[in-house]
Amino acid sequence: MKLKNTLKASTAAALVLIGTAVYAESHSATHPVTGEALAAEQMFTYSTIDEIPSIDPGLVEDVEGSAVVRDLFEGLLNQDSDGNPIPGVATGYEVSDDMLTYTFTLRDNAVWSDGSPVTAGDFVYAWQRAANPETASPYSWYIELMSIENAAAVIAGEKPITDLGVTAIDDKTLEVRITQPLPYFPQMVTHGTTFPVPQHVVEEFGNDWITPEHFVGNGAYVLTERVLQERLVREKSETYWDKDNVIMDKVVMLVINDSTQALTRWQAGEIDKTAQGLPPGQYPSLVAEYPTEAIAVPSLCSYYYNMNMRDTAPEWAKDARVRQALSLAIDRDIIVEDVLSAGQFPAYTFTPGATAGFEVPTVEAAGMTQAERNEKAKALLAEAGYGSDNPISLEILYNTSESHKSIAIAVSQMWKQTLGVETTLANMEWQTFLEERGNGNFDVSRAGWCGDYNEASTFLDLMNSSSGYNDAGYNNAEVDALLAEAKTLEDPSANYTKIEEIISVDVPIIPIYHYTENFMLNDAVKGWPFDNVQQNWYSRELYKVAE
Amino acid sequence: MLSFIARRFAVAIPTILVLIVISFILMFAAPGGPFNAERPLPPQVLANIEAKYGLDQPYWKQIVDYVWNVVAHFDFGPSFKYKDRSVNDIIAQGFPVTLTYGFWSFVVAVIVGVTLGVFAAIRHNTWIDYLAVGISIGAQSLPNFVMAPMLVIVFTLWLGWLPGGGWNGGQVQYLVLPVIALSTSYMASIARITRSSMLEVLNSGFIRTARAKGLSDTRIILRHALKPAMLPVLSYLGPAFVLMVTGSVIVDSYFSTGGIGVYFVNAAFNRDYSVMMGITILMGALTILFNLIVDLLYAWIDPKIRY
Amino acid sequence: MFSRTTADQLMDVASSQAIKGRSLWHDAFRRFIRNRAALISLFLLGFVLIFAFFGQYLSSHEPDFVDFSLRRDIKNLGVPSIENGHFFGLEQEGRDLYTRVVQGTRISILVGVIGSLVAVVVGTLYGAFAGYMGGRIDSVMMRIVDILIAIPFMFVIILLLVVFGRSMVMLFVGVGLISWLDMARIARGQTLTIKNKEFVEAAVATGVKPFTVILRHIVPNLAGIVIVYATLLIPQLIITESFISFLGLGIQEPMTSLGALISGGASQLGFGTPWMIGFPLFFFLITLYAFFFVGDGLRDALDPKDR
Repeated sequence: MKLKNTLKASTAAALVLIGTAVYAESHSATHPVTGEALAAEQMFTYSTIDEIPSIDPGLVEDVEGSAVVRDLFEGLLNQDSDGNPIPGVATGYEVSDDMLTYTFTLRDNAVWSDGSPVTAGDFVYAWQRAANPETASPYSWYIELMSIENAAAVIAGEKPITDLGVTAIDDKTLEVRITQPLPYFPQMVTHGTTFPVPQHVVEEFGNDWITPEHFVGNGAYVLTERVLQERLVREKSETYWDKDNVIMDKVVMLVINDSTQALTRWQAGEIDKTAQGLPPGQYPSLVAEYPTEAIAVPSLCSYYYNMNMRDTAPEWAKDARVRQALSLAIDRDIIVEDVLSAGQFPAYTFTPGATAGFEVPTVEAAGMTQAERNEKAKALLAEAGYGSDNPISLEILYNTSESHKSIAIAVSQMWKQTLGVETTLANMEWQTFLEERGNGNFDVSRAGWCGDYNEASTFLDLMNSSSGYNDAGYNNAEVDALLAEAKTLEDPSANYTKIEEIISVDVPIIPIYHYTENFMLNDAVKGWPFDNVQQNWYSRELYKVAE
Repeated sequence: MLSFIARRFAVAIPTILVLIVISFILMFAAPGGPFNAERPLPPQVLANIEAKYGLDQPYWKQIVDYVWNVVAHFDFGPSFKYKDRSVNDIIAQGFPVTLTYGFWSFVVAVIVGVTLGVFAAIRHNTWIDYLAVGISIGAQSLPNFVMAPMLVIVFTLWLGWLPGGGWNGGQVQYLVLPVIALSTSYMASIARITRSSMLEVLNSGFIRTARAKGLSDTRIILRHALKPAMLPVLSYLGPAFVLMVTGSVIVDSYFSTGGIGVYFVNAAFNRDYSVMMGITILMGALTILFNLIVDLLYAWIDPKIRY
Repeated sequence: MFSRTTADQLMDVASSQAIKGRSLWHDAFRRFIRNRAALISLFLLGFVLIFAFFGQYLSSHEPDFVDFSLRRDIKNLGVPSIENGHFFGLEQEGRDLYTRVVQGTRISILVGVIGSLVAVVVGTLYGAFAGYMGGRIDSVMMRIVDILIAIPFMFVIILLLVVFGRSMVMLFVGVGLISWLDMARIARGQTLTIKNKEFVEAAVATGVKPFTVILRHIVPNLAGIVIVYATLLIPQLIITESFISFLGLGIQEPMTSLGALISGGASQLGFGTPWMIGFPLFFFLITLYAFFFVGDGLRDALDPKDR
């Protein structure tokens, strides 16, 4: 039996529909599907906080860079506005019975922007290049994560790159061999690291191939300008196979380091969309002023404080009652409503409630009022033998940033006002902070974690005593056992609930809130994929309506 | 004079070498590294990256290789952060930007500052003096991280006259706000140094003699007082010019100009050693060059000066 | 000819009357208290100092206390008010701005004054020595300054933090390390011309030792420019402090400084809470004015040529 590809037929049909409704007068006044009146100038300008490390598919490592790569190149599959895989360069694929071999069929009309056809060989070259130790891509581990045959050995330089489990059967057929069945494998090839690169151009120009002068891509856009730390401009490609359905003509990315400055320029109409992260506390007044344009959507991230659980920690930190008291005394509602106020969710568990298949356990604290929590916190602290005659003083370590500072100030005051705990704040520049936190030189340290995939283990694995990200130094054999067992279970959700319950008693970490993505988006811009949990957007699906 | 210049150039080379070595030691000693991240890279991936950039070599070898590449090939290496760019690319792209807005800031600061300072001095303790001093202190009390957002709110958001940032190849409208933000505090310093130095010169014997001879004010100031009064201003202008043309992290990050000023902070935060070294060497070379120029100007102003 | 104020005329009268028999310092003191602007500034400085060191006794609030009932709507509930005792309103974290400005002014004055004292002492002596000795010694000493200007200062701060931990002392070390460099350049530049003056040559001819020449004849003649530059350094150092604290060395929350308050206020520009930037900036400004006029009065009073 062969599994037929699982792409959503409806979306594909819709695409065909648009294709036939072609759009001959290149800028007809209305959108071919929705019938909205389109703006005369189709240009989308957005800001990012930092310059992108690389827009080379083989080297790309960050969210903003991936968005650019998705515009300039096209992989085997794309995502639709809900995040499901749909055809890209591949029109479809077949999976072998053992789920270990994928065969992708490439479309005939896919071409590079210099006119040469996109072949299966370009994919083979790109994947080998990404895994090649000489390329030294910071994302080479992604090839290994995809479980491609021999990936680890190739990355380690133990086998030649030609041993990588990817082969061009012919120009239009690509075979991929993986070492274990991965139900989400199709989803993985929508990521930039798997996108093709033009071998003939890369070999001719080396590192410079990705500059506007030499650029050749196969995406809906071509790179026309790149000024580091200032702007990156991409314009509609005339060679893209589906160019007739691309409405947005020009996309400009501006690097604006300061979120307040970006907001001012958005208000002045200079940019259509600001980078993720509005100035802390400003969201409510922005919503009042721009109800449809100030956006906040939940994201799979948690903000928390690590308690130092190492032997080297101060005496009070070793008492679970003290840690519980500290956790209880934090009024999360004030943090999310008054300090951050962009729709964040108060956190009493590490795993966000929005996580698929995760049932939020009924940890006791979540069901209490803050007054009850404060009472209990005081009682616990007294029971542990601390109070005005034996006060605790501690330090919160965080990396320099306005919002981390705001939260730390509020928390320190809650501890002081409720528990009489004296808190000093210690900020450090990022790299020093990482080193100090990693070495356990702190009492309490700030941390944030975003899920890599939509499942609770992506969070709870951090509580494993052997996890490299377990900065609290938490070590509980029962948690380790539950985590190990969860890997083998059909439905591990009971284990996850149990772990959260243990954490709420041991308090190696104090969950504070679950993030939202918040930004400003001009009303005239349509087609933003709000329903895509990863917020993977494609410029070719955006369009501007006439105002 | 020529042998003096030649000597100074000869000294410049060991000076820059010492600068390189000290900077490397500081960077290696500081915690963190270019490829440290909140989520550490898998060991094998990290090893590949370190091998590619030579970070697996002993420290002394990294320094020697670096110096060799700079001297033999004028190659400042690849950026560790911006992986598809080299340090040469980054400086070639960003330095013209800061050079442009820095140069104009310098021109504005010198013209306005010297004028204010001279007027304040010749009308010492009158309202003109107080006004000039008031302006210069007012300008200094607005650090550029206050100036920059204020300028954008006023000129971009309220008046809509000027773009709130960007560079676009350096068109005039993109230049105005960075120049204002960068030049004000330098202008204030120049005004105050000029004023004080001018006061001293005006009180000195030879000006009193000139006055006694009945020469006109303007003549005295332009022909006799201005030149000697510029000496301490020059000492200030040498390093100030270098600081201005290498840009400001505040100007670059608030106005998104794409200049190299932003790397003085970002490259350090990112532990992008090669970019950090590139701009450090640039900064060192410019400092040495402009201090040489200042020394030559001293000799021109006061021919008695011997080095 | 030159318009002169009564104060100046009086000073001239005073100085001509006191031709002999009085020390330079006594003379300077008389001049100083006769300078109206300087005197006013002395009162201004006194006011700032009293505010900075005793201002907290006027308020019933603590500088680190967050009033969570007001914090939910600072824009409306946090406006300056006499009734609830938040004279300057609340800052962006919901704390009393008045007591924080008091605390910040105190700390920033300390940073500014100590930093510029280091600059005055170290910078002046270093620069005067280099300039006076000339030749190879001058060349080496000035190249050392060039190197120190160009090395990545951020790594120095980070290393100080990692090695010694954070403390006020380390903050002063950090500030002191950079503050004297420009001063040294300026002092050296002036020395180059002063050492050719007759009175210096006369002293040398009579066999006075170099150190004595520098201390007796060179340094007093540098006083004018040194004082001006020291008052220019104060605002620079106050702002530098906020950057150093940003890196983790120095003032940490809940303590504050004027630089931190100004940058906090600047981050709220345009959000309808102008008092957050206004009050800190106002105290920054009057502190600068006070120091300037005191400096200027001193400069006038000490100017040896005006004797």
